[in-house]
Amino acid sequence: MATRYFGKPIKRNEDPRLLKGQALFVDDVNLPDMLHVAFVRSDYAHAKIKSIDVSAAREREGVVAVYTAEDLGDYWQPGPLLVPPPPIAGLTFNQKTQVPLAKDRLKHVGEPIAVIVAASRYIAEDAAEDVIVDVEPLEAVADLESALSDEAPVIHEDLDSNLSAHVVQEKGNYAKIRAQADVLIKRRIFYDHGIAAAMENRGIVAHWNAKEQHLKIWDTTQAPIPIQNGLAAMLGLSESQVQVVAPFIGGGFGPKIMMFYPEEVLIPWISMQLQRPVKWIEDRRENFFATTHERSQIHDSEIALTRDGKVLGVQDVFLHDAGAYAPYGLTVPINSQCTLLGPYDVPNYYSEFKAVFTNKTIVTPYRGAGRQHGVFVMERLLDLAAKQLGIDRVEIRRRNYLTPDQFPHDHEIVYQDFAPLVYDSGNYQPALERAAEMIGFHDFIKNDQPAARTAGRHLGIGIVSYVEGTGIGPYEGARIKVDASGKVNVATGIGTQGQGHFTSFAQIVADQLGVTVDNVRVVTGDTCEFHWGTGTFASRGAVVAGNAIHAAAVGVRKKILKHASEHLEAAEADLVLDNGAVHVKGVPQKSVSLGELARISNPLRGAVKPGMEPGLESTDYFGPERGTTASGVHAMIVEVDPDAMMVEIKRFVVVHDCGKVINPMILEGQIHGGVAQGIGNSFYEELVYDEGGQLLNASLMDYLLPTATDVPHIETDHIETPSPLNPLGVKGAGEAGAIPVGALFAQAIEDALSDYDLEILEIPLSPNRLFELVHMQAATKQES
Amino acid sequence: MKPAPFKYFAPSTVDEVLALLAEHGFDAKILAGGQSLIPTMNFRLAQPAVLIDINRIENLFFVREEAGELRVGAMTRHRTLERSSTVSRLAPLLTETMPNIAHPQIRNRGTIGGSIAHADPAAELPATMLALRARFKLASASEARWVEASDFFIDLFMTELQPEELLTEIAVPALPKRTGFAFKEIARRHGDYALVGVAVLLAVDEENICTDANLVFMSVGNGPVVGEQAQQALLGKKASAENMDLAAAAAASEDIDPPSDMHASSDFRRHLTKVLLKEALQTAFERAQKA
Ligand SMILES: Cc1cc2nc3c(=O)[nH]c(=O)nc-3n(C[C@H](O)[C@H](O)[C@H](O)COP(=O)(O)OP(=O)(O)OC[C@H]3O[C@@H](n4cnc5c(N)ncnc54)[C@H](O)[C@@H]3O)c2cc1C
Repeated sequence: MATRYFGKPIKRNEDPRLLKGQALFVDDVNLPDMLHVAFVRSDYAHAKIKSIDVSAAREREGVVAVYTAEDLGDYWQPGPLLVPPPPIAGLTFNQKTQVPLAKDRLKHVGEPIAVIVAASRYIAEDAAEDVIVDVEPLEAVADLESALSDEAPVIHEDLDSNLSAHVVQEKGNYAKIRAQADVLIKRRIFYDHGIAAAMENRGIVAHWNAKEQHLKIWDTTQAPIPIQNGLAAMLGLSESQVQVVAPFIGGGFGPKIMMFYPEEVLIPWISMQLQRPVKWIEDRRENFFATTHERSQIHDSEIALTRDGKVLGVQDVFLHDAGAYAPYGLTVPINSQCTLLGPYDVPNYYSEFKAVFTNKTIVTPYRGAGRQHGVFVMERLLDLAAKQLGIDRVEIRRRNYLTPDQFPHDHEIVYQDFAPLVYDSGNYQPALERAAEMIGFHDFIKNDQPAARTAGRHLGIGIVSYVEGTGIGPYEGARIKVDASGKVNVATGIGTQGQGHFTSFAQIVADQLGVTVDNVRVVTGDTCEFHWGTGTFASRGAVVAGNAIHAAAVGVRKKILKHASEHLEAAEADLVLDNGAVHVKGVPQKSVSLGELARISNPLRGAVKPGMEPGLESTDYFGPERGTTASGVHAMIVEVDPDAMMVEIKRFVVVHDCGKVINPMILEGQIHGGVAQGIGNSFYEELVYDEGGQLLNASLMDYLLPTATDVPHIETDHIETPSPLNPLGVKGAGEAGAIPVGALFAQAIEDALSDYDLEILEIPLSPNRLFELVHMQAATKQES
Repeated sequence: MKPAPFKYFAPSTVDEVLALLAEHGFDAKILAGGQSLIPTMNFRLAQPAVLIDINRIENLFFVREEAGELRVGAMTRHRTLERSSTVSRLAPLLTETMPNIAHPQIRNRGTIGGSIAHADPAAELPATMLALRARFKLASASEARWVEASDFFIDLFMTELQPEELLTEIAVPALPKRTGFAFKEIARRHGDYALVGVAVLLAVDEENICTDANLVFMSVGNGPVVGEQAQQALLGKKASAENMDLAAAAAASEDIDPPSDMHASSDFRRHLTKVLLKEALQTAFERAQKA
């Protein structure tokens, strides 16, 4: 295959439209007679509903309808379990999923209670204040640790505790190896991840056209096809009557593939009830309560090593905050459990977790999806071991990496995709060496750091590794068709959320068909264009949809060659596709354009021969048997001002391996965005709850996202270890930037403040927290 | 996040504003740059029945020198103050303060009058105004009065401004000879409200004995807090490193009783106050010697 586009940093096809403000987002959809929706949401984390009085709201001028759970009749159903638990022996899983509107109990702040439909959003919000919800407040379950105690109130009345799930996975025999270890290091480790805070909040417009008997929905979802199929079933329509369009999405990062949000269930139903278009756009305040989070885990972890720093085993027992319901099953904690092992050879592993219901917003995957938590634990344990054993931080990682001859590597536990956790391929040491070289690791420790310290400055360095399970099944598909104009249309069902699919997918097709990238039009996320697929998540777009598109392009290429060979009276082997046409090798005057071939293959008269299909079109699918394993190393130099405890990032290096790279510029963008979110998670963002389950900082004033001035220049490099599991050799890259940043911050800050002898076993950090840690450490020292 | 219904007026003279305030008083809110008021209305924390927009009143927009003083109209935008050479000549502390307020987009809209009237304890301008010993002109339909900054800020978001009054003008005395100044703050991100900030005026005589010290802290109380004990530690004494340390220690332990919140504990705020005051005094002292 000619490789003209694959691997090139070409500019994105979609950017001119986005930059000029000409791209369609859900909130741009405005239809005649459209109504607007506001929700009455719970102010309580936990309460019994005694009564709901909507009479004043119904009477307000401009209000068209008000609905509570009562009004939904049989349409009121708990949501589906999106991801059932994987087949792990002996697991406990208590299924609880969210409801469209709260009926008897309120289980988290922001849970919807009533819907107001009015002529404008302003009126709808005025009427929301008219609704009187009389409740009996209940004690809230806000603390993860005490949630399982006997005294804790039980959130779901039919369960006997707040246990959502209990899972044990084991490999080898940790207890046995523990007895033989030279060194045991045990710590309690806390990791909290925040909200995705996509620039665009969620939104839905639904339009039931009674005359066409057609329901069109614009939804900020990462998974339009499952939304289509699910809604059709719920609403008693056939799937072909429901069209879901996910237009441009202003960032998804995971929470936009939660299904079904109450709003997603209600807005289309309301449109059918009222026979009018209905719009709901989430505001920033709602986003804090009503869009899913990712939050904390508490790990009690122990590592067993030999004297020379070889890991014998790890034991990790942790609690995971699921929130009020768990529609996404065990995905997040299983990711933590499986990703903890990282790029390392860990022969013995005992991992046990309890997922716990709390009176907080639902937890579902957010970029990294629990991987951060696991990586943080393992990297911290290795750092502690390195310190205790006097081994260099680079060296201890090098000593424990899986080596290239150990692949495919079976970790003997089950992953989130229900398949065994088997790494397809990997070669970790080159990335480590490259990152250490780029940041000048050893030179920094030998020269720069001591020199700075002499001058009274506190500089520190960190280096961490991670793997990222990516590109899991079940499948995606694509249909590719050449127009009579010679333009190529690609339709795939995967959603998009800003990753550059319109370009990277076009690059794959352009190479197969010998056309320029700007002649390839990619459509994603419109169920009328393509209605098979699952969605964009788990860094799987390039791997699964990319390879489906590749397969479909190969199919079209075959048809082109067949038609061209007849038309040009030349053997297929002698044909070349280039410049939008088929040429006979060495006979430049003998050629036919793809447009002409498209016309020939779809004649208005004559006959399409038996065994031939009309048109230059092909549909194909790709379903990997299991995921691909991407990996990488991040390194960073920071300066900490020990007076103000402010941290400045001096350098940030990422060396990343996601197999074959389709478009290095898009890949860098993915990494940069991920790192920015990692920095936010590590040092700025924190969901602050009080004991009553109230979120105290539900605005971007107090929930601190990193801004342009807080994100440094990021230096990147790539190692290519192609995946053997797909024809393109690609692996996912969507989450790589975000995953190890917490571990990196902890290590680098500890290093910068080495004269304070800190141990940082938690994320997020902040100047205030560092101040506390330094003072706690000083106090402990004084005591002893 | 849409505001509750309100009536909107956009008068073009101060007299019209004062008449509207006399009529609606408590129910009315002045709309200046809207950078604080509009968010609170969108959160429905404020639900004024009447909004009086003063963005069309031309004679509230000015920066000029009058009788050796700096005079600024209440509607002067932050950005205008930041870039004004009249301001940097007469009140360089104000110039040094401005870039710490939010981001350029917000400084393009936000006004000095709005900041002072809003009196957020974490805001820069109230502290700087107090350090500069500014005066504020408050007008109502019946009278106009000048109020000292030191009498103006009463408590959390509470000022001497009455419901029927409009803040129209700010007067800032020019810096005397051998008076130095400094503004320092620490914020989580550039442009955020500060965790702690200090605005300092320090005058020394030829022997470097401290003849005046006006030290004001922000984000450590219910309004801008004057460091009286810290000032006592300096007045009549040599502006030495030791005395500055003593002043900083006095400020942290005696002058302030900072609140704890999610961004900083009370202890951390005390610590930062000490760190910042030391730095600010040093800078102000260096400048005083040259002034
Ligand atoms: C993202 C963001 C970050 C910010 N960061 C900072 C920061 O770091 N530091 C900081 O100090 N500020 C910050 N601000 C606030 C900004 O400086 C505001 O401009 C300022 O606080 C208020 O000025 P305004 O003109 O916008 O007043 P408005 O919001 O219009 O009014 C504020 C209040 O003052 C009253 N008022 C206004 N003018 C008068 C008058 N002439 N007479 C009587 N009453 C009046 C209003 O009725 C209202 O109650 C920030 C704002 C935003 C949105």
